Amino acid sequence: MSGVLAIAEHRRGELRDVSDELIGAGRELADDLGEELHVAVISGQVEEFARTLSREGVDVVHTVTDGAEFNHDVYTQVTDALAAELDPTVVLLPNSVNGLDYGPAVAARLDRPLVTDVIDAEIDGDTLTATREMYGSKVETTVEVDAERTVVMIRGGEWPGASASGDAEVREAEIEIDESAVHTTVTGFEEVGGGDVDIGDAEVLVSVGRGIEEEENIELVEELADALDATLSASRPIVDSGWLPKNRQVGQSGKTVTPEVYIAIGISGAVQHVAGMKGAETIVAINTDPDAPIFDIADYGIVDDLFDVVPALIGEFEESG
Amino acid sequence: MKVLVTVAEVGTVEEDFEIDGTAIDERYLEYDLNEWDDYAVEEAVQLAEEGMADEVVTVTVGPERSEETIRMALAKGADRAIRVWDDSLDGLLDVGVKTEILRAVVAEETPDLILTGVQTGDAMFGATGVSLAAAIDYPWAAVVNDLELDDDLAHVHRELEGGVEELTDVETPAVLTIQTGINEPRYASLRGIRQAQSKEIAVEDLASLGLDGIESDLRLTRMYEPEVESTATVFEGSAEDTAVQLAGVLREKGVGAQ
Ligand SMILES: Cc1cc2nc3c(=O)[nH]c(=O)nc-3n(C[C@H](O)[C@H](O)[C@H](O)COP(=O)(O)OP(=O)(O)OC[C@H]3O[C@@H](n4cnc5c(N)ncnc54)[C@H](O)[C@@H]3O)c2cc1C
Repeated sequence: MSGVLAIAEHRRGELRDVSDELIGAGRELADDLGEELHVAVISGQVEEFARTLSREGVDVVHTVTDGAEFNHDVYTQVTDALAAELDPTVVLLPNSVNGLDYGPAVAARLDRPLVTDVIDAEIDGDTLTATREMYGSKVETTVEVDAERTVVMIRGGEWPGASASGDAEVREAEIEIDESAVHTTVTGFEEVGGGDVDIGDAEVLVSVGRGIEEEENIELVEELADALDATLSASRPIVDSGWLPKNRQVGQSGKTVTPEVYIAIGISGAVQHVAGMKGAETIVAINTDPDAPIFDIADYGIVDDLFDVVPALIGEFEESG
Repeated sequence: MKVLVTVAEVGTVEEDFEIDGTAIDERYLEYDLNEWDDYAVEEAVQLAEEGMADEVVTVTVGPERSEETIRMALAKGADRAIRVWDDSLDGLLDVGVKTEILRAVVAEETPDLILTGVQTGDAMFGATGVSLAAAIDYPWAAVVNDLELDDDLAHVHRELEGGVEELTDVETPAVLTIQTGINEPRYASLRGIRQAQSKEIAVEDLASLGLDGIESDLRLTRMYEPEVESTATVFEGSAEDTAVQLAGVLREKGVGAQ
């Protein structure tokens, strides 16, 4: 084989959305190569997962029973072994937190170049070209890989997910795990960010980002939230700095919110932030930088200093309220 | 215990900028300590303050200019620094090349714990720590936002998506990639800044590390400003004017109507 081997991702008994997106991206690359798409699923209820992963366009699903959950030492060993056996041109992984916990190790062990956080990719002849962002999404770049075999990690949400079911062959892979090379043990999971307020329930969110500069200035957006009868949320740096509690964080590692109105104040719109709020019905952005990525998804925008706009906006509502 | 911390100097881009070939024009770049590495340095310095670490050494792959950033890490409490550079490294530093360089440094330093940032703010690869761990055969954990060390285990929390943390025990020596929020990075004190001036920054090049002829497998072929597909209505005028317009839209949507 010299096509594509994609490794599905699941957590706590459920396949994650990016698994279908891996199939979407994997099929495109396999078509570029005119080769097969193989998908592997490691640990957990692999038979059940394999039935779901048998999507249209998937040639073979490899199942590997080992443990219930993700362990990067196991995933690294299994992916290495499958890649050695199948010799795929591209090993395709999700650019998720777990993907980043074993993908680079797979690339290092297989001695293949690694391209992470890929938002578009194609193979023309022997050359794989990937599109990635740099400098907090301010620029896009294309990267050419000077090697025949690569490991590519794709950003979630960039490829349409495969949904139609297919008739892939399901193969149980016989891979012996070297237990002496397993150096990490997952001892549990913890939900974080509980507490008194559930920003996931709010209809209107006033969300504050690093543009607020100082802890004292949080008061200003609190005032706005009060005036609008809204709930206060934040981007990660605000929470990292301890200015607001963890349960206020919107984003990939925070909370996914779907309010009717989301007002992003001094937030650039980094991909991990957008992951948590793009489902808002109406998005408003206030930012001094007209090219901030948040404006790509905003419905209404003000390009101006928040320290001028927010007081004026509070004034508007306090007068009438 | 010796802790090695990778410290990158990253470029941050001004609001308005120009691209020159496949790079941001130097005039529009400012340089700073990588945000994630700041937390990694802080974690290492705290281990030293708790008596867990005897020495904190930083390693940077970067040109002479980056010594200003390295001094920042030294001022925050790192004991000494190593800087590796070679003019052939200009351009995109891919994960494979950084791994080779860091591997050679680890061979000289044999640290008991290696802390890296989760990613750099400019290239955003997010892969160096785990790649290095695999190359030097150390156990590892990625995206760590809580760390407790005992004799031969690191008890860590790995921050997954959706407000879930994974609790993992990692055998040491290990490589941990550090996520923002794990601690509160300190500001460098004046005293720290003064002391940093007399701390050692050892400079190495590829030859001195025995690495002649490493090459990147990745080539940056284009850099461009992404096309904005925004359909946003952008309000124009003074702050007062735009606030009035926005307030109108918000009221229409029922915001603020108690
Ligand atoms: C694994 C991982 C998980 C992550 N999870 C999350 C997550 O869950 N949530 C999250 O938010 N981030 C997350 N991040 C971090 C994310 O990558 C960004 O660093 C973060 O979202 C940036 O926050 P920000 O927009 O507030 O700050 P910045 O990116 O610094 O943006 C600040 C913005 O404020 C604007 N500004 C500055 N001054 C003013 C002013 N006076 N008036 C108006 N505008 C002004 C600037 O133009 C800029 O656009 C994660 C990162 C990683 C690697």
